[in-house]
Amino acid sequence: MSLLWGRRILAGAMTLVAAAAMTACGSKTSDEGGTAGVTADVSGDTVKVGLLNSLSGTMAISEVTVRDSIMLAVEEINAAGGVLGKKIQPVGEDGASDWPTFAEKAEKLLSEDRVAAVFGCWTSASRKAVKPVFEKNKALLFYPVQYEGLEQSPYIFYTGATTNQQIVPGLDYLKAQGTKSIYLVGSDYVFPRTANKIIKAYAAANGMTVVGEDYAPLGSTEFGTIVNKVKSSGANAVFNTLNGDSNVAFFKEYKSAGLTAAAMPVVSVSIAEEEVKSIGTQYLEGQLTAWNYYQTTPGAANSKFVAAYKAKYGADKPTSDPMEAAYVSVYLWKAMVEKAGSFDVEKVRGASDGITFDAPEGLVTVDGKTQHIAKTARIGKIGADGLITEVWNSGKPVAPDPYLKTYPWASGLS
Amino acid sequence: MTVLFGQLCTGISIGAVLLLIALGLALTFGQMNVINMAHGEFIMAGAYTTYVLQQSITGAGLSLLVALPVAFVVAGTMGVLLEILLIRRLYARPLDTLLVTWGVSLMLQQLARDIFGSPNVQTRAPDLLTGNVAVPGGLTVANNRLFILALALAAVVALTLALRLTPLGRRIRAVVQNRDLAAVSGIPTARVDRATFFLGSGLAGLAGVALTLLGPIGPTMGTNLIIDAFLVVVVGGIGQLKGSVIVAFALGILQATGEYLTTLSVAKVIVFVAIVAFLQWRPQGLFTLRTRSLA
Repeated sequence: MSLLWGRRILAGAMTLVAAAAMTACGSKTSDEGGTAGVTADVSGDTVKVGLLNSLSGTMAISEVTVRDSIMLAVEEINAAGGVLGKKIQPVGEDGASDWPTFAEKAEKLLSEDRVAAVFGCWTSASRKAVKPVFEKNKALLFYPVQYEGLEQSPYIFYTGATTNQQIVPGLDYLKAQGTKSIYLVGSDYVFPRTANKIIKAYAAANGMTVVGEDYAPLGSTEFGTIVNKVKSSGANAVFNTLNGDSNVAFFKEYKSAGLTAAAMPVVSVSIAEEEVKSIGTQYLEGQLTAWNYYQTTPGAANSKFVAAYKAKYGADKPTSDPMEAAYVSVYLWKAMVEKAGSFDVEKVRGASDGITFDAPEGLVTVDGKTQHIAKTARIGKIGADGLITEVWNSGKPVAPDPYLKTYPWASGLS
Repeated sequence: MTVLFGQLCTGISIGAVLLLIALGLALTFGQMNVINMAHGEFIMAGAYTTYVLQQSITGAGLSLLVALPVAFVVAGTMGVLLEILLIRRLYARPLDTLLVTWGVSLMLQQLARDIFGSPNVQTRAPDLLTGNVAVPGGLTVANNRLFILALALAAVVALTLALRLTPLGRRIRAVVQNRDLAAVSGIPTARVDRATFFLGSGLAGLAGVALTLLGPIGPTMGTNLIIDAFLVVVVGGIGQLKGSVIVAFALGILQATGEYLTTLSVAKVIVFVAIVAFLQWRPQGLFTLRTRSLA
C-alpha cells in the first residue's frame, strides 16, 4: 500500500518538474517591438559589450573558462587605451545552461544595456536560440566554439573552427596514417550527427570504410556494449564526438577492454586541456585530438597569452582552444571597429573582411563573406603530463568553408 | 556465439553496477519506505572519499582498499545525520520527505562544487584493475567489472547474513514486518531505523568507491544514478533483497542485449517499456513481503 503511495508521490514530483519546464519555456522573450535594430549607446567615454556565458548549470564547467578569457582580453585592451579611445565596459549575464534563458539575456543586453557587441554562447543549441534575437536587433554576436558548420548568419562572427578546419583535417591526418576503417562514436545531438554525416561522405570518397556508428544520450555513462562493438569491429581508428561526462566513462571502458592508442587510436574533437584534466591522463595518454590551438602551441603571442592567463587565474589552470578563440574574438572586434572608425554594426561588418590578428594559435584572418576566420588546423597527441603536443598541422591557415562547397565529396550533404 | 557471450558478460556487469547502487536503497526505501532523493549524493560522497584518500595514500590499490571501509562510514554517517536531523521528523509525511531530501541532494551537490570545484576530479585506478582477463572464445572481461561484480555479490551476501543472523538484523526485519508490534515487544524502533539508515547509506558510499573505476567523479554523478537505483528497487519489490538482485541482473542483460541489437537510446526505451509493462502486471514488484501488519 505504502509502495503505491510512494509511486504516486514520485509521479506527482515528475508532474511538478514538467510544469516548471513549461513555465520556463513560456517565459521566453518574444519582444514584439520594432524590427529596426537597436543602436548601441556609445555616447559616454566607455563602450559597453555583453558577455553571455553559462555561469551555472551543466555547461558552467566549460563556459566559465571562456568568460575568464574574454575578461582577460577586455582588461588588456583597456590597459592599452581601449577601443577608439573608449574603455570597454563589460556587462556579464548568466545563460544558466538553459537555451530560453540565453535568448532572454541576449534581448536584455541588446535592448536595455544597448551593448555594442556580445561575446559568448557555447553549445550550438544556445547559439541557435539567440540567433533570431541578434538578427532581429541587427546586433553582433561573437561565437568562440568549434561547431558543426552549415550556418552563416550576417550578425554572428564564428571564431571557432567550422568542420573543414577541424574534422576534415582530422580525417586527412588519419588517411595519411594509412587508416582504412573507422568507427564513429558520438553523443546523440546535432553536432555529432552532422559531423558523422560529413565523415561518412569523406570516407566514401577517400577509400575508407565506416565500420560502425553509435550514439549515446548526453550524460550517458555506460559504455560496455559500445566498446564491445568497437573492439569486435576491428577498425583502425575511432572518431569520437562524445561530449561531457560520457567521455570519462568511454575512455575508462576503452582502456579496460584492452584497447590502446597504439593499436586503435581515438581522435576526439571535444577533448581539450581542461577535459584531459578531469578524465585522467592514465586513460588518455597517446590518444589524438583535432583543434586549432593547444597550450603548447609555439610562438610569442601564445607565451604571452598563457603567462597572462595563469598570472590572473592560477598556475594550474590550462588554456584551451575555445578559450583562445574567445580571447581572440575580442581583439578581432576591436580591429574591425578601429578599421571602420565606428561602433556601428553595419560599418563594423563591412570592415571585417581581411582583418588579421597575430593570435596565440598563429595568424588568423577574418573572411568577410562567411564571417568565419581562417585558422591553422592542428592534430595533437595527449601526453602523460596532461598537455597536448602537436603532431601535425595544416601548414597554413585553412580558409573557412562552413557549407563545404569546395569539397566535391560533400556535394550531397545538407 | 562469442558475441552473445560477450554481451552476456556486459549485461551481468551492468547488472552488478545497478545492484551496487540499488542495494543501499533497497534498505532505506525498500525496508523503511523512505524516499531518499539524496541517496545519489551518498554515492558521490563515496567517490569523493576515494579521491581525498588518494591525495595522501599514493598507492592506487591500497587507497582503494582503504577507501571501501572509510567511504562506508563517511556515507553512513551522513545518512544517520540526515535521519536524525530531518527524516525522523517526517516519517508520517512521505511527500515532505521526498521534497526535503531532494533539497538536501541539491545542497550536497553545491557543497561538493564548493569544496572540489565544478569540473570532475580524477582518481588513479590500480594497474591490476585497468586490465582484463581472457576468457575462452577470444573474449576478454575487464578486471574492474569483475571487481565490481565481486563487491556487489559480497555486499549482498554480507547483508543477507546480517539480516538473517545478527540481533540487529532480526530487529530490522521485525520493524519492517510490523513496526507497532516490534515497538510493544520492546524493540527500540527509532534506534533500529537509525542503524538501518546507516547501513543503507554506507552501501551507497561503497558503490561510490567502485564507480570511480568506471565513470566520472563530479558533483552531479549521483543524480545520474538515482533513477536507475529506484527502478531496480521498485521493480524488485519492497522489503526483499532477492527481488533487487534478480531485477538488477535482468535489467542489465536486457539493456546490453537491446543495445547490441539496436542503439543505446532505443535500448533505454526498451528497458522502460518493459518496466512499465511489468508493473502493470505486478504493481507490487517481483517479490512482496507478506505480513499481517495493518500498515
